[in-house]
Amino acid sequence: MPVEYDVTIIGGGVVGTAIARELSRYQLKICLLEKDADVASGTSKANSGIIHAGYNAAKETLKSRLNIESNPQFDRIARNLKVPFQRIGSLVVAFAREDISKLKKEKEAGQDKGITGLEILNQEELHRKEPEIHPEARAALYAPTAGIISPYLLTIAQAENAVKNGAEVRLRSEVVDIKCDSGAVSAVVLKDSSELSSRVVINAAGLYADEIAALVGESYEITPRKGEYNLFDKEYGGMVKHVIFPMPSEESKGILITPTVEGNLLLGPNSNPVEDKEDLAVTREGLEEIWEGGRALYPDLPAEGVIASFAGLRASLPGDDFKIEALEDPVGFIDVAGIQSPGLSSAPAIATMVRDILADIAPELPEKLTLREGDFDPKLKKLPSFQDYQEKLDKWQDIFLQNPDYGEIICRCEHVTRGEIVAELNKEFTSPTLNGIKRRTRAGGGRCQGGFCGPRIAEIIAEELGISPLEVTKSGPGSEILWARVKDVKPDCDLVYGLGEKK
Amino acid sequence: MMREHQLVIIGAGPAGLAAALEAEKAGLEDIVLLERDEYLGGILQQCIHNGFGLNYFGEELTGPEYAERFIDDVRESSVKIRLKTMVLNISPDKKITAINEEEGMIFLKAQAIILAMGCRERTREALKIPGTRPAGILTAGTAQRFINIEGYLPGREVVILGSGDIGLIMARRMALEGAEVKGVLEIMPYSSGLVRNKVQCLDDFGIPLKLQHTVDYIYGKQRLEAVDVIQVDDNFNRLTETKERIECDTLLLSVGLIPENELSQDMGLKLADGSGGPPVNELRETEIPGVYACGNVLQVHDLVDYVSEEAEVAARGAANFIKDSLKKREKEIIIEPGRGINFVIPHKISYQDESRKLIRHFLRVDEPRENIKIVIRDEAGSQIARFGREIVTPGEMETVKLPESLIPEGTGKLEFSIEAEGVEENGK
Ligand SMILES: Cc1cc2nc3c(=O)[nH]c(=O)nc-3n(C[C@H](O)[C@H](O)[C@H](O)COP(=O)(O)OP(=O)(O)OC[C@H]3O[C@@H](n4cnc5c(N)ncnc54)[C@H](O)[C@@H]3O)c2cc1C
Ligand SMILES: Cc1cc2nc3c(=O)[nH]c(=O)nc-3n(C[C@H](O)[C@H](O)[C@H](O)COP(=O)(O)OP(=O)(O)OC[C@H]3O[C@@H](n4cnc5c(N)ncnc54)[C@H](O)[C@@H]3O)c2cc1C
Repeated sequence: MPVEYDVTIIGGGVVGTAIARELSRYQLKICLLEKDADVASGTSKANSGIIHAGYNAAKETLKSRLNIESNPQFDRIARNLKVPFQRIGSLVVAFAREDISKLKKEKEAGQDKGITGLEILNQEELHRKEPEIHPEARAALYAPTAGIISPYLLTIAQAENAVKNGAEVRLRSEVVDIKCDSGAVSAVVLKDSSELSSRVVINAAGLYADEIAALVGESYEITPRKGEYNLFDKEYGGMVKHVIFPMPSEESKGILITPTVEGNLLLGPNSNPVEDKEDLAVTREGLEEIWEGGRALYPDLPAEGVIASFAGLRASLPGDDFKIEALEDPVGFIDVAGIQSPGLSSAPAIATMVRDILADIAPELPEKLTLREGDFDPKLKKLPSFQDYQEKLDKWQDIFLQNPDYGEIICRCEHVTRGEIVAELNKEFTSPTLNGIKRRTRAGGGRCQGGFCGPRIAEIIAEELGISPLEVTKSGPGSEILWARVKDVKPDCDLVYGLGEKK
Repeated sequence: MMREHQLVIIGAGPAGLAAALEAEKAGLEDIVLLERDEYLGGILQQCIHNGFGLNYFGEELTGPEYAERFIDDVRESSVKIRLKTMVLNISPDKKITAINEEEGMIFLKAQAIILAMGCRERTREALKIPGTRPAGILTAGTAQRFINIEGYLPGREVVILGSGDIGLIMARRMALEGAEVKGVLEIMPYSSGLVRNKVQCLDDFGIPLKLQHTVDYIYGKQRLEAVDVIQVDDNFNRLTETKERIECDTLLLSVGLIPENELSQDMGLKLADGSGGPPVNELRETEIPGVYACGNVLQVHDLVDYVSEEAEVAARGAANFIKDSLKKREKEIIIEPGRGINFVIPHKISYQDESRKLIRHFLRVDEPRENIKIVIRDEAGSQIARFGREIVTPGEMETVKLPESLIPEGTGKLEFSIEAEGVEENGK
């Protein structure tokens, strides 16, 4: 039987999808496997969304090199993939006089690594940039190259672009075993017992990378560290203009405040070890901790402005650097593990590094593999989105005239039309769940949290997929939103009259 | 293309329907009614229980029956109805932008506008409860819509947070559909719903109402699995030793309604504290002349009968505005809520009206009290009217009718407050 895939990537986070996209430049048969109902279901869905300038990590680490290499690439990536990205700059804020010398050291270290634009702001300059910051904030290290991005939209777009260039992305496909043959990987086994033969397996399984590695006899341990967040209403989005960090400690960059690309404010994360790799529960103590951190930077943060809390888990690996390498035994297995912060900021360079490793090991594989460039389209097309037309509503008429579905508002809070949802569901790569649609179109993500449009979206999904609305889930099996059909009770609906004439 | 009309009404719930009919009665010939849903009647269409219309029609109707009486008349009238039409934007100079699937973008200009967008349910509380974010947490009104309109049962083992009317009604509705309702939790020491709803929906079905209780933690990865329920003391401190885990797959929230005022705010109207709607005068005219508000968009009503009446007031105001037949008072009278009162509607009295005998005021008190008086004082602090009440609660709106003749000439302010025997008199 011929080998099905040249490369199999386990894990659809920002890292796995970046690798899939990078490798889709070449004439390779690629398959990305993700256990959940959508990509960006692990760490890549819940993090700070910051593209760091890159001065934090020690110079000799991969974290430092890959972050600094990646940072300048984000403008182009975001433009090509139509992902919201804003280079708003970051500020590390000092309150104590003695911290100012620490900032200066950070700045010099950063310049030594090649980071441009770093500047120490005095009190006046700082307060001019951030009028609502704590009055006692004394100075700051300004890094203009830091930015914010939507981590899950980036991940989704990378997957979509990889698919556009010939890669396969399979959702709800959990890898449970890896088969080897005479010292080389030969296949991955999925939970439903199906087997996919592959010459190379790339382990980008995030929190579960240790369990995947164990399947080929490797032993290391990844432990989850939880970070909790508060999200504030857009009403307060303007309070903070840059990414604001406190002075960093040994362990972490601390509890930060940042605007998000959607226009909200994000406060967090703390950092606490937990047992369970699925423990995304928000705790009372945790929320108090981040709240204190927030108030220390912005004393006027409004408690009533919090509209959501959530948590993310860091995949922490002893040694404190990324682990990106090919195993000697078995041949064909590449680890991309321990991708903690700044993993999001480093994803593009991680992907090129993995490509180089692949090129290195290619000749050693039982059947040789060559990386030959193919036709690669780095761009995604943006589908019409009503949100983008708020300032030019008359222009939407042209889109409506091509398809009346674009005149029916389904999500009333975020003003998403049926046309947008149907178009999303008909993409080559999508996730036909309520969360999948919410992420991609914002439908159900507004003030009423899908209260009104949830069942309607479920019906549209059901219609497009040819299933029952009862089978539609929020985020995969087990999260069905409707239990049973009661009866058909819609009030009579043949009441649409034209303006002026009555039927 | 911009089409011009006399009166455009936004929202075809009971408020919009009554306003449309009354405006026609008052002589307007070019009335447009815009509704985003695919049917007329607004929230009433999902309220299939009894209890509507006792005041207005003198008989007890279901929500859809109450709506139907207005809908039948509107269908016979000259009112131009547009369904499945979502209003997106209103400008201060009364230009309206809407969208629907037949015409696409619609641009209208109106001489007068009546805002009748109703209200929506509060959801944020759930988001602040520690724990996970599984499927199965929804507002009571959404659950009502799922069952009564869309025809789906959203769950089988239910806990309800908040004892607002919709929560109480949904406790009974879910029970009738075969779900197990494990309790209604209320953080306050009293229910925020109508007394009759507590009796008919909980007591008659043996569903416990736990006062001074709330949800403390949410469990479940994909679908809701359980909640921790906890008692609080009078200062809302959590009494951790009372914590109890209740298994359930559904959590319904009935924690309050918020007037749906995004459009009003976009057009520059400020919202009043307490009522959550734009401040209005006795004709329900907002700060923008010719723009009126009525029904739940102005203040959350517990009885639909008052909604219809309020809409009629607004419609007459709009008609007179268009006919330019209104006469301003020499001095506007500002109405202020005093001690014990959350808000009073209207917020001011602006017009002179020879034929008017009474001005009706709606108000909500801040906490339950017994044997009190609602006292109205003028600018000088002299009492001009008082109304006795045996029981008042925040859950039930109070109305008082103030005879116009009692308002002293030239006063610029009226203050409404609660006074009771044994409580010191109004502190002036
Ligand atoms: C609180 C917090 C804040 C952060 N903030 C930032 C920041 O501001 N900037 C920054 O640069 N970085 C930040 N990071 C780090 C960044 O989020 C991560 O480095 C990045 O998301 C890691 O991506 P990943 O693809 O390696 O992992 P993941 O996103 O976890 O992806 C792994 C995927 O593998 C799947 N999977 C696991 N096992 C299997 C299996 N057996 N079969 C199939 N699929 C499987 C999972 O479902 C998951 O989707 C933060 C991290 C945390 C936790
Ligand atoms: C669940 C529930 C149970 C109730 N039970 C009782 C009861 O037992 N007895 C009783 O007397 N009263 C009851 N009430 C109160 C009564 O039903 C309401 O006070 C009344 O329906 C409010 O009328 P309305 O027209 O202001 O709002 P709604 O009925 O909410 O109508 C508003 C309309 O405006 C439309 N709209 C909003 N925004 C737009 C827009 N941008 N473009 C176009 N259209 C828009 C909406 O779709 C809706 O149709 C209940 C209310 C609720 C919510």
